[in-house]
Amino acid sequence: MLRLRDIRKDKEKSMKTKERESFWIQVKKDWKRNRSLYLMVLPVILFYILFHYKPMYGALIAFQDYNPRLGFSGSEWVGFDQFNRFFTSPYFGRLVKNTLLLSVYGILFGFPAPIILALLLNELRAKRFKKTVQTITYLPHFISLVVVTGIIKDFTQSTGLINDIIVMFGGERSSLIQNPALYRTIYIVSDIWQGIGWGSIIYLSALSGVDQQLYEAASIDGAGRWKQLIHVTLPGIAPTIVIMLIMRMGQLLGTGYEKTILLYNEATYETADVIASYIYRVGILERNWSYSTAIGLFNSVINLALLIVTNKISKRVSETSLW
Amino acid sequence: MKRQAKSTIRTSAGSKIFDVCNVLILTLLSLVCIYPVWYVLAASLSESSLLMQHTGPLLKPVGFSFSAYKAVLKNPMILSGYLNTLKILILGLATNIVMTSLGAYFLSRKGVLWKKPIMILITITMFISGGMIPFYQTLQDFHLTDTHWGLILPFMISTYNMIILRTSFESIPESLCEAARIDGAGHWKILFSVILPLSKAMLAVMVLYYGVGIWNGWFWGSTILSDRSMYPLQVVLREILMANDTSSMTAGVAAGDVEAVGATIRYATIIVATLPILFVYPFLQKYFTKGVMVGAVKE
Repeated sequence: MLRLRDIRKDKEKSMKTKERESFWIQVKKDWKRNRSLYLMVLPVILFYILFHYKPMYGALIAFQDYNPRLGFSGSEWVGFDQFNRFFTSPYFGRLVKNTLLLSVYGILFGFPAPIILALLLNELRAKRFKKTVQTITYLPHFISLVVVTGIIKDFTQSTGLINDIIVMFGGERSSLIQNPALYRTIYIVSDIWQGIGWGSIIYLSALSGVDQQLYEAASIDGAGRWKQLIHVTLPGIAPTIVIMLIMRMGQLLGTGYEKTILLYNEATYETADVIASYIYRVGILERNWSYSTAIGLFNSVINLALLIVTNKISKRVSETSLW
Repeated sequence: MKRQAKSTIRTSAGSKIFDVCNVLILTLLSLVCIYPVWYVLAASLSESSLLMQHTGPLLKPVGFSFSAYKAVLKNPMILSGYLNTLKILILGLATNIVMTSLGAYFLSRKGVLWKKPIMILITITMFISGGMIPFYQTLQDFHLTDTHWGLILPFMISTYNMIILRTSFESIPESLCEAARIDGAGHWKILFSVILPLSKAMLAVMVLYYGVGIWNGWFWGSTILSDRSMYPLQVVLREILMANDTSSMTAGVAAGDVEAVGATIRYATIIVATLPILFVYPFLQKYFTKGVMVGAVKE
């Protein structure tokens, strides 16, 4: 009995070493065969380490009271103090609210817009007209934000085009972009203007993938265009819609700082200032390194959590998920 | 096929009304999308004094004058902005394309032992980042602030673009690479003489995506550069559009002419800075959309 067990143990041992050996042999073989391949990817890995992972490590100053003179190793560790400072700051509520509202309005109005455009384009019979509409509606996507916000400011100033139209209908002139109550509307409408065409491409490509036989079958069954839309087209592009929605949810607290910084001013901070633009002001302009990094870290943790949660919900409900 | 099948039943009045409404809606949307651009173009060609008096929508230039353009082209900041952007564009695109191709090639190979861990290393960065401030500090640590390289090196690879390119590389038949390998070609040779020549369309997509990004980028330029003569075009443009007084716009213009172009020079500046994109865009539209399609397939 004893010997038998010993023999078995020995056998297991030798199998384990064999496995380990074979792994190293694999590594060696792989290295021999793919050495030049690894050489190729080396600069790529280096790029990711230097410009993605180093900043991640650098984000640890969120837990410090970072002092540039003392450096990372010399600065004092303060735990969650910077986070608490943000949570108790008078701006916290306003920033979270502004960021969330812009995202929620973006999802409510901005998200369906390209889907509707794609569906309308899909119903067109004239090919030339379809192509023209596409060309024109894609265009704003390529205009720089600096120019877009410049045009917005121009159109909304008190002597601008929109005010001219308001006056034609008997209204009064006012500087619309200086009005905090109108800021969100201007932001969302211009977002839709810039993104509706480009955003529709992905749905158009999903639409072209819907099985044509389904339409034939539906029309034989007597389904009109509306019924075909509800029962064939929408289910056909549902997975794409869900994926895009998940991605959008992961950006809930990620309202773009670039457009905000270009568009807001002190008169509209009340509704315009979002977490990212606040980080920019506190960090880059006022050089409050640790504090702004902590806010950024808080922001990305929430974003990641939202992404994971929506992905999980979607996996359960619709069996569509990012991973 | 689908159109034919549908048209046979598309006889109801409701269906026809819908078609008409659809065309109307889309026409209106197109007009809304193009009008701001048209407005800026028309305003830039107007006479400044007439434009000031004008109210309401602008359908064509009021008066006609090139004086705003003449003033813009005399502005030394515009010229230096253009040159800086061109420099960043050329150096940037070269590094973008080389680095993205190398990464995409590696990720498109089969039977590579360390591919998965490296893929994970890369994918993580799509969901987690250090944030704006640590990124800025990284640039400082590497002494990349106040240099144009600071706008190139940290943005060498867009993970999204690299994954699109990888998908395209993967679609190239394995047998072609195998044949080259039998002929004694290594990975470098396969990449440069088999894969890349076969991916010209997708490389065009990459050039366009990266190119538009560089051309339109302003944020990091305005953040890391302090010397105004190093500003790329969009940063110069931002300064001009933000300024309420026209002094930065009319640099290099004789005092008497300032009055004559005050109202139109903003628009001319916008057109000068956007012209390359407006000009290139219609011809390359099919490439622009191609990338989205490939990206969508992988998702």
